[in-house]
This record gives sequence, C-alpha cells and structure tokens, in this order.
Amino acid sequence: MTVTLDHYLFVSAALFCLGLLGVIVRRNLLVIYMSLELMLNAANLALVAFSRFNNNLDGQLMVFFIITVAAAEVSVGLALIVALYRKRQTAHVEDLASLKL
Amino acid sequence: MEFLTETTASGMPVVLPWLILLLPLAAAVVIALFASRWEKLSATLSIAAVTLSFAGSVFMFLFTGEHASDVPERKLYWLDVGSFKVSLQLLVDRLSALMTLVVTGVAALIHIYSRGYMSGDRSVSRYFASLSFFTFSMLGIVLANNFAAMFIFWELVGVSSYLLIGFWFEKASAADAAKKAFLCNRLGDVGFILGILLLWGLVARKGGSGHLDALNFASLAQAIRTGDGLGELATLAGLLIFCGCVGKSAQFPLHVWLPDAMEGPTPVSALIHAATMVAAGVYMLCRVIFVLNVPGSDALTIIAWIGGITALLAALMAVQQDDIKRILAYSTLSQLGYMVMAVGLTPLQITDADPNWVGPAPAMYHLVTHAFFKALLFLGAGSVIVALHHDQNIWKMGGLGQKMPWTFGTFLLGTLALCGVPPLSGFYSKDSILALAAGNNPGFFAITVLVAALTAFYMTRLFVVAFLGASKSGAADHAHESPSVMTWPLRILASLSVVAGFLGIEGYLAQHFNPLVATHVEPWWETPFAPFNHAPLAAWFGLFAVMIGGSAAWALYRDAERDPLPVKLGELARAMRNRFGFDEAYAELVAKTQDALAEFADAFDRWIVAGLLVRGTHGTTELFGRALRLLQTGNLQTYAFLFAAGLVIVLFFVLH
Repeated sequence: MTVTLDHYLFVSAALFCLGLLGVIVRRNLLVIYMSLELMLNAANLALVAFSRFNNNLDGQLMVFFIITVAAAEVSVGLALIVALYRKRQTAHVEDLASLKL
Repeated sequence: MEFLTETTASGMPVVLPWLILLLPLAAAVVIALFASRWEKLSATLSIAAVTLSFAGSVFMFLFTGEHASDVPERKLYWLDVGSFKVSLQLLVDRLSALMTLVVTGVAALIHIYSRGYMSGDRSVSRYFASLSFFTFSMLGIVLANNFAAMFIFWELVGVSSYLLIGFWFEKASAADAAKKAFLCNRLGDVGFILGILLLWGLVARKGGSGHLDALNFASLAQAIRTGDGLGELATLAGLLIFCGCVGKSAQFPLHVWLPDAMEGPTPVSALIHAATMVAAGVYMLCRVIFVLNVPGSDALTIIAWIGGITALLAALMAVQQDDIKRILAYSTLSQLGYMVMAVGLTPLQITDADPNWVGPAPAMYHLVTHAFFKALLFLGAGSVIVALHHDQNIWKMGGLGQKMPWTFGTFLLGTLALCGVPPLSGFYSKDSILALAAGNNPGFFAITVLVAALTAFYMTRLFVVAFLGASKSGAADHAHESPSVMTWPLRILASLSVVAGFLGIEGYLAQHFNPLVATHVEPWWETPFAPFNHAPLAAWFGLFAVMIGGSAAWALYRDAERDPLPVKLGELARAMRNRFGFDEAYAELVAKTQDALAEFADAFDRWIVAGLLVRGTHGTTELFGRALRLLQTGNLQTYAFLFAAGLVIVLFFVLH
C-alpha cells in the first residue's frame, strides 16, 4: 500500500481533533496548553504533506515560521501560566472564572 | 430716506399711518424695557404716545381723499413663497381713517383716565405698557390691508386682552376670566383662519393673477367681482370668516367670555368693550363685506340671526344683573348683536351703480356712536366704583347725584344716548338699524324694537337704582367726586355722545361703501328730525319702545330697596339672573367632553403606550437577555467548545 496525501491529512485531522478534545475536556492549564501545541502541529503536518505532494516548498517554509513563532509563544504562555499559578496557587481552569460577573 | 418725505396722491405723508400705528408700540416697548420702575414716566410716555397717535389720526382723517388709497408699498414682504407674496402695507381709506380716529381718540381718553384710576396700584407701568400694546394691536387690525396681517394683529389683540383682563392675576377670578376670554377667542379664530385659507384656495383655484398677493383685500374683492363669485362654497367661506367675529365680538354662542372679562380694571373694560376689541369683529365684517355680500351666499342671513339672538338674549340677561359693570357688559353684548345683525341685513348689491346701496354703513355708524357712549358709561361706572371703594353692587349705591355731579351728569347723558333718546347720537344710529330691519323682515324689526325697549328698561333701572334715591350703604354716604383727570375724559366723551348724531358719519361711511350713493342734502335745522321724515315707522316705534321701557323701569324701581322683578316674574327672572344657564351648560359640556377625552387618553397611555410599547420593549429585551445570559458560563472550556462548534457549523455551510 502506498501512503497518499489522504493518509497524511487523516492523521493531521485526527491529531487536530485530539488536541481540540484535550482543550475542551482537560482541566489542567498545562495539559490544555500541550493540547493546543498538538493542534498547531496537526496544522504543520498538513502543510508539510501538501508541500510534499504538490512539489511546492512554500508550505515547508511556512512550517519553519510556525515552529519558530510557536516556540516564542510557548515561552510567553508558560511564563504567564507560572505567573498565574504564583498568584492564584492553582492551574485549573474552573478556578479561573473571574471574568464572569 | 425718501420714505420720510414721500406723499400719497392726496398729499398725505406716507410715514403718517406708520407713525400712528407704531407710536403706541414704541411706548409699550420702552416702558417694558427701560421705564418699568418709574410709574409716572411710564404713564406719561404711554399717554403721550397715544395722544400723538390721535393727533396723527386727525391729520390722516383730514387727508383722506375721495378714494381708497393704499399707502405706497414698502418692499417688505411678510411672506414670500414662490409667486405667493403677502406684503406689509397699510390701507388708508374712509373706513380705516374713521376707525383709527375713533380708536385712538377713545384710547387716548382712557389712557388719561387711567392715570387717575390706576394711581396707587402696584404695577402701573405694566398696566400702561399693556394698554399701549393693546392700542397698537387694535390699530393694526384697523390699518391692515390683507387677511394675513389682519389675522396677526387679531391674535395680538387676543394676547393683549389676556394681559389686561388678567391684570390683577393674583385674584383667581381675574386669572380665570382672562383664560376664558382667550380660549373663547381661540375657538373663533380657528374658524377665522380656516375661512382665510378657504378664501385663498377658492381665489387661487380660479387662477389668473389672483395668487399674487391673494390675501390683499383689494385684489380679493377684484377677484370675486370679476370671477363668478365664490361658487357653492361662498356660504361656508363667509361663515368661517364670521367665526372670527363671533369670538372677538362675543356673539352667541361664544358670548360667555365678555361679562367675565369685567374682572379687569374698569378702564380696560371701557377700552375693550367700547372702541376696540369687540368692535374689531364688526369692523372686520364691514371691511370684508365683499366676501359676504356675494350672490348665492346665505352667510349674511345666518349672521343676521346670530346677531339678533345675541341682542335679545343679552338684553334679557342685563335686566336682572346687580353688578354695575356686568349690566354694562351685557348691554355691550346686546348692542354688538345689533351691529352684527345690521351687517347681516345688508342687502345684496345688484349693480355697482345702485345709488341706494349703502353697504353695512348703519352697523359702522352704530359702532362709532356706541364707542363714545359705552366708553363714557364704563368710565362713569369706574368713577363710581372708585368712590365706593370698589363696590360694584348697584343696590349699595344710590344718592350719588349731589356728591358726584360730573359723574352723575355725564352718566345720565350716556344712559340716554344708549337708550336712544333723541336728539342724542344713540337715537340716530339705532334708528338707522331699525329702519334697515323694518324694510327687511318683520321678525328682525320686532327683535330690534323689543331690544330697544329692554335697553331702555335695564339702563333706567341701573341709573335709578345706582344714582337716585337715598344712599343704600355707608360707602355711598361718603362718596365724593373723582379727580379732574378722571372727569375730563367723561365730559369730552359725553359731548361726543351728544353730537355724534349730527356729524354726518353715516353719509361719510355710505360714501365709502358706495361712491355713487345718493346724498340727501338737507338744511341743518331739519337734521335732528331726519329719521321721522325718512322712515317714520322705525323712528316712532323706536321712540315708543324707549318710552315704554324707561317708564316701566321708572315705575318699578323709583323707590325700590330690593329688586321687585323676581317676585313678579318668578322663574323667568331667575333664568335671566342666571344668564339662562349658558355658563353652567358650557361647563357641563366641557367637563363631559374633557372627562371622556381624558379617560380615552388615560386608557391609551396605560394600555398602548405604557403597556404595549414601553413594557413590551422592555419585556422582550429582558427575556432575550435572560436566555442569552445562560450562555455566559464563565468557563473557558465552554467557550472553547462553542467556538469550535461554531467553526464546524460555518465550515459545514461553506464547504457543503
């Protein structure tokens, strides 16, 4: 059996859905954060697959950018979570409802 | 600047009528703005302005030539919409010149009299400012050359009469009377302005050059004469115009405001009820007689009946009043009814060349003489009221002949003139109306004779009870004559009341309405007896009516301590005293209508506005708010889920 674009896209979609599920159901901020990264990488996988099968390097170029930006974003996000934990002594989303009146 | 030196064809300076009109206004404005603290200065300013105005009127009267002459038009437009223009311009002809003379003359005398009457009041300045403003408004009506200007001044008269009637506004009754007068006038004026609009529409529909300056009296008359009248709406137009007169001249059924207007200071009553406000209605009818006197219009017949009913009702009411000013007020109503009836009896002008057609000259004639003796009577009553410390009940007067000789004498002359005793002016003017009625319709003749008898009756009653016999109260015992600033106007008005019948006023007016009128030239010694030669029936009937009415009152009231009529007439006398229940009926009617209207408005407000609109909007919004609030859980993951779900739905629809 040959691996086609559809297989890659299926895996990418599965990863994306898993990530989304994690974001929606998990309670711990760190886990939610990891799930977010999973969704990001699902998108990366789809881009690389398209690039590979369409013989166009633009997609791979885009992925490099995304990885770079994601690294920066992760550092900021983790810093925020640490700061939040210090302030609230918790990293669970149910406790973070102060925006609701 | 050529405006100042310009003259009309007859040599009158163009600026003269403007000066006459604007001087009282200037006085009012200056007093209101600068002189309201200095009472003497205010009074002097006001009196000076009106007196100058009067002097100007004398000149204008002398200058007025044979023909109507509009003062040359200033290019000043009150309204300028497309081809429709209403210019500001004054109309000077025989009618307005005479009326200006009467208005300024009587107003000047009343201003002077007020100087004495109002001394010691708290707001003399306000009084004189209002009085001058009133005079200005009235002069505006007289000198207006088109309907728009006349209507504006018409309303100004309404406003200033409101100010004057309610001058003592601290008294609830005065404030109410002012409101009542204003509202009754408003009712009439609605009809008046509808009539003006209808006339404009009718004339504009006929096309031609009529729509330019269409409200001008001269061009309106021209349009009606050259066109074929006003068509089937002539009666309606005439009656709507007449509505204005019904309000201003207090004709039945809007007569109720005039007796209440006696709450104002007495000189105001004299001004409003003698020469100006109530005369404005009759003057307006005479001015626009070309609208009423067209073939196919029944307006004049209805006007005559309204006038006749007013004259009779008011005369009956006057018989049983006890307040000296109220008796005079009802008498004014009755005389105004006479004048309106005389206008209504104006025969149709068959051809322009009819030498016997005199238009409504008898009505105007009676208006002029009535202005003199009614002003005299009111001012005389004011003099008595001051002497008796503002007691107006005639049953508390009596025995004033010795103590107030001038008031007594002049009041006697005024009474005789009003009753129509020859050779005083009232006899001649009333006789011309009687002759008109006699030649027209026996019903009207009967009414006029009956009213003449009633007039003699109630005036004799008033005079006998108030002035003759013994003093009926302590105040009357100590009465003394008023200062000369008050008696001189009385003397002047009394002499005018005596001689006004011999001045040829009727002929002068007849010439205005019909230049081709045949003038009777008779030797001066026959003038006093002219009525007996021309229309003996009317003259003798008038004379007998006066004698019967006067002697009946003399017999009844000569020694009376109380009014004997209620015993003799019973129920009828009570109805007269209660003014036939008009006020109560109107109060009831207004209350009923207003209650119904208020209930409807209340229900509408409660159920439609507050219920459906306000609460409905509020309720719907809140319901939605409550529903949507459930979505705001505050849970981050719910939001994420909803966000994802939304995205899926969007994607589904986009990609599907």
